[in-house]
Amino acid sequence: MRVLAAMSGGVDSAVAAARAREAGHDVVGVHLALSAKPATMREGARGCCSVEDSHDARRCADVLGIPFYVWDMAARFTQDVVEPFVAEYAAGRTPNPCLRCNEKIKFSAVLDRALALGFDAVVTGHYARLDDGVLRRAADPDKDQSYVLGVLTADQLAHAMFPLGDSRKSEVRAEAARRELVVAQKPDSHDICFIPSGDTRGFLADRLDEAPGELVDAASGAVLGRHTGVAGFTVGQRHGLGLSHPAPDGRPRYVLGIEPVSRQVTVGPAEELDVRTLTAAAPVWHGRAGVTDDVVVQVRAHGGLAPARVTVSDEGLGAELAEPLRGVAPGQAVVVYDDDRVLGSATITATG
Amino acid sequence: MHVEKVMGALTHREDYARPAMTYLDHAATTPMLPVAVARYTEALGRVGNPSSLHTAGRRARKDVEEARVTIAGAVGALPTEVVLATGGTEADNLAVKGIFWARRAADPRRTGVVVSAVEHHAVLDAAEWLAEHEGATLHVLGVDATGRVDPADLRALLAAHADEIAVVSTMWANNEVGTVNDVRALADVAHSFEVPLHTDAVQAVGSVPVDFAASGADALSLTGHKLGGPVGVGALLLRRDAVCVPLLHGGGQERDVRSGTLDVAGTLALATAVRAAVDDVPRRAVELAALRDDLVARLVAEVPDATLNGVPVDAPPVGGGPARLPGNAHLSFPGCEGDSLLMLLDAHEIECSTGSACTAGVARPSHVLLGMGVDEAAARGSLRFSLGHSSTAADVDAAVAAIGPVVERARGALARS
Repeated sequence: MRVLAAMSGGVDSAVAAARAREAGHDVVGVHLALSAKPATMREGARGCCSVEDSHDARRCADVLGIPFYVWDMAARFTQDVVEPFVAEYAAGRTPNPCLRCNEKIKFSAVLDRALALGFDAVVTGHYARLDDGVLRRAADPDKDQSYVLGVLTADQLAHAMFPLGDSRKSEVRAEAARRELVVAQKPDSHDICFIPSGDTRGFLADRLDEAPGELVDAASGAVLGRHTGVAGFTVGQRHGLGLSHPAPDGRPRYVLGIEPVSRQVTVGPAEELDVRTLTAAAPVWHGRAGVTDDVVVQVRAHGGLAPARVTVSDEGLGAELAEPLRGVAPGQAVVVYDDDRVLGSATITATG
Repeated sequence: MHVEKVMGALTHREDYARPAMTYLDHAATTPMLPVAVARYTEALGRVGNPSSLHTAGRRARKDVEEARVTIAGAVGALPTEVVLATGGTEADNLAVKGIFWARRAADPRRTGVVVSAVEHHAVLDAAEWLAEHEGATLHVLGVDATGRVDPADLRALLAAHADEIAVVSTMWANNEVGTVNDVRALADVAHSFEVPLHTDAVQAVGSVPVDFAASGADALSLTGHKLGGPVGVGALLLRRDAVCVPLLHGGGQERDVRSGTLDVAGTLALATAVRAAVDDVPRRAVELAALRDDLVARLVAEVPDATLNGVPVDAPPVGGGPARLPGNAHLSFPGCEGDSLLMLLDAHEIECSTGSACTAGVARPSHVLLGMGVDEAAARGSLRFSLGHSSTAADVDAAVAAIGPVVERARGALARS
């Protein structure tokens, strides 16, 4: 097959490209330029979009002996990932930009362009398994990224290739060293690639017309304090609330809800965070319609798992959790698993 | 084909070990002429710093000075006007910044820098740097739809600001679309206001007739690797009476304007290449223009809505030479992304350029095309094919054979994304 390897400049995508080539595919490497004004050098372990990262990707392609190009996806990335990310926070929801990037950029804009240019598939360094079009968790439980791929449709998965799904991260690093890829010891990227400082609140504050509002006690309705803007508050957040007085019972308080119109942030004790039902919209579903018992739902990239029973229709997905989950906010994705198999994904709209 | 025969004295196809590739990116860099390779490699084995006083030093100095005479003679300059440098970027920076600093030092009111909108980044970014860090006022001259600066626009600008202007820099020929400026007319205008003019002639020397003295320019940049010499060696031609503050301080070489140990082998190879390329301009310009015209006509025949950017191939001469660089074919292919076209052509072993690559290797819409009034979508869907001394009719045939399916596929990719 002719395959296009998306190469971030990190160790995972480099080894994924190497394995695709070793499997006999005709591989072309592409680095996606996602920022119109990339930084020259990478800062710490964050980000993957500097000129230095692009250079690392190119050096890996050189070692592998594959053609390499840079594709300018900055405008699409801004429109389909960064702007919705900001808008979601402004609306009091908690978005996952990595999931949107997979959905809208890597397996949409890039895949569509690759197919039109004569490629058969897009190869990435994601940790997930793909057997006959069925998406499964990766062999390495610490690195499993099936959650951020759960949003992909059957058609998108049919043109995806994840060569790292059966490997552990340590094996991938060792293989990179064996292949003399310069990125073998490069630190993992984490956080959000377009916020290299790691300061999500500062990033949002620069982009939103923030207005102050009240912090309100969920039980009494009493106004406990004021905040400078709702953006950056996340359901389940404990620190940085700016409350000078402890709760009367001395227990920590958490953000329970964010109301963007009144700009009211409600706070309360941890047990109030417990969620037992989820309602979610825009499902991508690979299982049967109707009710499915004995599944597991996951609401965050790492952790946030609970046994559940889900009901799926064209309109949406409902989940009744057998055990409560905490820190679940509208905007997050719920991904449904049958053992290690991804049954589907939807965007949470309400919790109960 | 004719070019083979014409170039026979200088080049042999078998010297270019690229049997399958069709190299149509000579404006980026062109293969070294075999005579220059021979001079270069022969000289690399010899020791001698031209600044040393002993026999080896004197021999190196003699070689460099003879090379300087050769370069000067080929481009209508005096030997003392040849300031050797590492290439076009250094020569452009030295001219723009050095003349600015010298003129401002002589008269503090002179803080203005005039550049055209389509200059190479080596000029444009140097001028912008002066504006950001040295308090310069930047004046950007617009260009017409072909990319040419109108001397009347320069006249109008200088009529309003002449007393404030330190230096004017307008290129001889544009690196992307190949449009040639009337440097003589521009220099006459600048001098009528007693303002010096620098011209970036990196793309022009060896492609079109260039005579430094006759042009009237006060400074002119040239580089080796665009005309069959090595990368890393070039020159700023600087009139004897031009004032220029150095960028590099040190041993005081090159009229105290450009310190640094002279690159003897590079200078000898540069001189050999400049002499050979300039001598060959009359024949090569005709041959390359014929190949280029054939390429443009057949590309447009394959892709009927493709349009040639810049000056029409049959435009009347400018300043006694071609109005467009003979090897330049720059076209827009509506409905395509330039980088898709480039990648698909590369897969067909045809090497060309989107005309503008930034440090990240990302193709951005070209400031040259935008300056000419081309809209952003058309600017993104453009390719530059540039022919040079090793180009043949087979190269044209290969590009013409590939372009139709490549454009069709690239259109599909843009329509889907």
